[in-house]
Amino acid sequence: MRRKSFDCRRLAAAAAVGGMSLLGRAQVTEYQQHQWLNTPAASSHIGNLTGRPKAAAMVYRRYCVVCHGELGDGNGESAQWVDPKPRDFTLAIFKCRSTPTGTLPTDEDIYDTIARGLDRSNMPPWNTFTRQERADLVAWIKHFSPRWQTEKPGQRIEIPPEPEITPERIKAGQDVYARVQCWKCHGAEGRANGPSASTLQDDLGRPILPYNFAEGGRFKCGTTDRDLYRIFMTGMDGTPMPSFADNIKPEEAWNLVFYLRTLQPFPSKQKEIAKPLGLKPINPNATGP
Amino acid sequence: MNRNHKRTLVAVAAALGLASVAGLIAGNRVSAAGSGSITGTVKLSGSPPHMKGIDMSKDPYCVKQHENNPAKMENVVVGADGGLQNVVLYISEGLSGPEASATPSEEPVVDQHNCMYVPHVVAMDVNQKYKVTTTDQTTHNIHPLPAPGTGNIGWNKSQPAGAPPIETTWKAPEAISVKCNIHPWMHGWHVVVKGPYAISDASGTYTIKNLPPGSYTVTAWHEEYGTQTQKVTVAAGQPGKADFTFKAK
Ligand code: HEC
Ligand code: HEC
Repeated sequence: MRRKSFDCRRLAAAAAVGGMSLLGRAQVTEYQQHQWLNTPAASSHIGNLTGRPKAAAMVYRRYCVVCHGELGDGNGESAQWVDPKPRDFTLAIFKCRSTPTGTLPTDEDIYDTIARGLDRSNMPPWNTFTRQERADLVAWIKHFSPRWQTEKPGQRIEIPPEPEITPERIKAGQDVYARVQCWKCHGAEGRANGPSASTLQDDLGRPILPYNFAEGGRFKCGTTDRDLYRIFMTGMDGTPMPSFADNIKPEEAWNLVFYLRTLQPFPSKQKEIAKPLGLKPINPNATGP
Repeated sequence: MNRNHKRTLVAVAAALGLASVAGLIAGNRVSAAGSGSITGTVKLSGSPPHMKGIDMSKDPYCVKQHENNPAKMENVVVGADGGLQNVVLYISEGLSGPEASATPSEEPVVDQHNCMYVPHVVAMDVNQKYKVTTTDQTTHNIHPLPAPGTGNIGWNKSQPAGAPPIETTWKAPEAISVKCNIHPWMHGWHVVVKGPYAISDASGTYTIKNLPPGSYTVTAWHEEYGTQTQKVTVAAGQPGKADFTFKAK
């Protein structure tokens, strides 16, 4: 509850400083949304597919409205039972992006997320839709936020080809994990029990846990090595998981990916190669470089 | 000082003189700069609230930095004579012409130092560049949380020890709440305003500079006590004056 009053203060403060009218979430009227739907920009482009928002209206109503709501604000009927909360599409803030923190995702990002679903949440994988239906849904999701009319998606984060896995790289990856202090949240052994883990809140002020590597759940934003590389470079907007793009070099990033794989519970090439190293978990008390 | 140096100085002075004359002719911000200001003191009446000490035990590095100077919350900082620090003062009405749209070239800085934001409140003009730096040997993440619908978009970046500064801007006026998720006690404000502004210092005093003569409304914003406004007139060669008093709750 502490957080609630804090939020109100933020809003009040924001309104006061600007001396501007702060309409907040109700900013886009249904009328405006419909105007926007008729412009050529209100579409999505995934490869050679073009998604048309209106084509998705029925599908959205049938399958998505219960959680994401008629107005896309995440206030569907079932939202009250769901944690983490369904995404509020009027804010256009997404966890799974290939673009830098604070920027819009690409159409492909949203398209992929819809089919993948988000693990450890009530967002199921929607992999029975046709490609066209998914492209249409992307366009429909975009029509809820005026940001898509004024901003472009961020520049995709470049991922260099994956190098060969070596013991040195795994060891160096552990050094990155220690240096940039992923362990403050994720824990020395990736068990989601770092010193700050119990205090974390998402942007709605709700408690949120870091990913637990030792449990080995599916990543929300994709399971491949490239997905893993991407996620700590982009961060997960709306959550405490920050972007490290300015402070982890591409070489180091691959090393970190290899090390993270050794924290997961299933057999992997990385684990095989790391075995002779006899890596000890990092020592959280060895603070500072 | 040798002769050569003197000569250069004279040359520089002459060039500066010319530049300011050119400024006057062009009627740009240079001519208005320094010609007027609003100054005053912000006070807190009543007994200031107790600022709680901060438990930093989640991070031994932070604890160590405060061994001899225990850290306290900074929501309300009151100096001698009741001067209220960290109040942002800005012109909410009366700006027109170039000083309304000019963006200052100096870059405010907020540093993460001893696991606190220094300063706790930083102010800036819309589109004015500012920097977030770290001088700590521990990782921070800096996570501004603009309110929905303001036009500002939040982000979340990590700054490990030795990281380069983050240089950025905001698009719209708003008092933006900023936090570090790793150190949950770290909470500050990045206050974005339109036009000239000032922040009250440890004794509560402030001066808003670069104002041409005219009638203005000054707004004083404080994170706990909200806003107050006053009408002020600035005449040529005579600074306007506006003192504010907030009441302790
Ligand atoms: C049972 C509730 C539920 C239904 C039905 C549902 N979603 Fe979601 N959705 C969620 C939740 C919960 C989240 C947030 C998950 C999280 O934050 O980890 C979410 C998140 C999303 C996101 C954001 C992903 C990101 O990167 O942040 C998209 C896009 C999305 N849903 C699309 C859809 C579409 C399209 C449909 C209908 C085909 C749909 N959802 C149906 C619950 C639901
Ligand atoms: C301030 C705390 C914090 C720090 C520091 C942090 N994380 Fe996270 N991380 C989180 C949280 C919280 C989540 C879960 C977000 C969610 O479930 O929506 C997460 C999720 C993840 C995930 C899961 C991604 C997915 O697709 O599900 C990975 C992988 C990850 N973090 C890696 C890292 C790495 C590597 C570092 C250091 C370079 C790091 N994190 C630093 C808080 C943090």
